[in-house]
Order: sequence, then structure tokens, then C-alpha cells
Amino acid sequence: MSEIKKFMYVNRKAPYGTIYAWESLEVVLIGAAFEQDVSMAFIDDGVYQLVKGQNTKELGIKNFSPTYTALGDYDVKKIYVEKESLDARGLTIDDLMPLKWEDENEDYAEKDSIQILPAKELAGLLDDADVLLSF
Amino acid sequence: MAILHTINKSPFDKGSLETCVRLASKGSAVLFIEDGVYGAMKGTAKSGVVEGAKGDLSFYVLGPDLKARGIGEDKLIDGIEVVDYNGFVKLAVDNDKVQAWL
Repeated sequence: MSEIKKFMYVNRKAPYGTIYAWESLEVVLIGAAFEQDVSMAFIDDGVYQLVKGQNTKELGIKNFSPTYTALGDYDVKKIYVEKESLDARGLTIDDLMPLKWEDENEDYAEKDSIQILPAKELAGLLDDADVLLSF
Repeated sequence: MAILHTINKSPFDKGSLETCVRLASKGSAVLFIEDGVYGAMKGTAKSGVVEGAKGDLSFYVLGPDLKARGIGEDKLIDGIEVVDYNGFVKLAVDNDKVQAWL
């Protein structure tokens, strides 16, 4: 059971209106704990999950957005955002949380986890995955 | 690796159909189920999405979900194949994985 599989988590919902985003994060962290090859794709309203400056204080519910910034520590460093979805919502990379991971092979240099990809390239990554999990 | 894409939301309510078509590679299978079956109908404001993609993708629709909604097969876009539950299972088995456009 030591075979490493490529898990791709497809996230397409905004963060607080439904539980999908939070549930996805939980499952991602479980997959990472089992040392699988984890990627996350953010498509459609899923891109809103990564927007910086989230503050849920007045909603009285947990702001889970800081968890995304911790993903690098769990070796989740392949975060793909669909360009078409960002563009349609008037967002750019500057509107998103800067997610980083540390490359231990380069003296723990901080590197960006987020890659913005056009649909065509993202389609290829979906094809390459061993397992797709839809949220 | 081949993917079976499922769409279970009405194209008039959600953008799942458009997103699926944007992200499905050539040769992929797309199956309409539940409220997604409205996306298989011809003569609607969304029919063009399927019409424009059917050269690259194979479209299927789940018969029991059509019948439940009173949609006759004569109302479907040409080239969409109606499958029963066994056909759904076969599509799932014949592809490497399933992407559900929820």
C-alpha cells in the first residue's frame, strides 16, 4: 500500500455559503498526511476561496482561509487556479493569498505554490491525475 | 487517461456545463444526470454549448432522469445518446475516472 497516487482536488464553490470548501480542505489534509501526491485546482467560484483579507468575525463562523497558507507545510504545493475563472470575476493573482512552500533542496527557499493556468493546460492536469475528487 | 464527466445541475442555474466543456479534453465522455438533463435539450438558450462541443466530446444523457422530467427523446440535441443505469455503470467502468461537475 505504499504506491503514491496523484490526487487532484477540484474546487468550484465559494467559501462560506456551503460547506464544500471547508470539507475539501479537510480531505486534502488527510490525503497529504498519507503522503500522496496532492494537487488542488480552483475553478469557477472556487477561486473565491483563495481571496485574501477574509474576515468572518461578524458571521460567528470559523475563518478557515489561513489553512490555505499552511498547505505548503503539508507538502501541498501544487495549487492551480484557472485563468478564465479569475478573469471572469475581475480578479488577478494580487487579489489572492500568497501561498508559499519551502524547498528543502534549496536551503528552504520560499517558492510560490499558486500557478495560474488557462483551461487547456488545466484540462491536461485533470487527465493526468489518478484520482479526481470533486467539491 | 480518459475521463467521464457528469453534470447534475441545470445549465440555466449553474455554469457547470460551460465549465465542463471548457475543461474536458478531446475524446472525453460527458453524461447529463439529474437536473443536468436540461442541458441535453435542443432549441434552448444553452443548446449551443453542446452543439459547439459535440465534435470533440461524446454526450450521453440518463434516460430515467429524462422520463422523470417529461422530456421526450425527440427534444434532445442530435447526437446525444440516451443510456440507462447499466449504461451509466458501463461509462464509469470504460473510463479511468469520473469528474463530477457539481
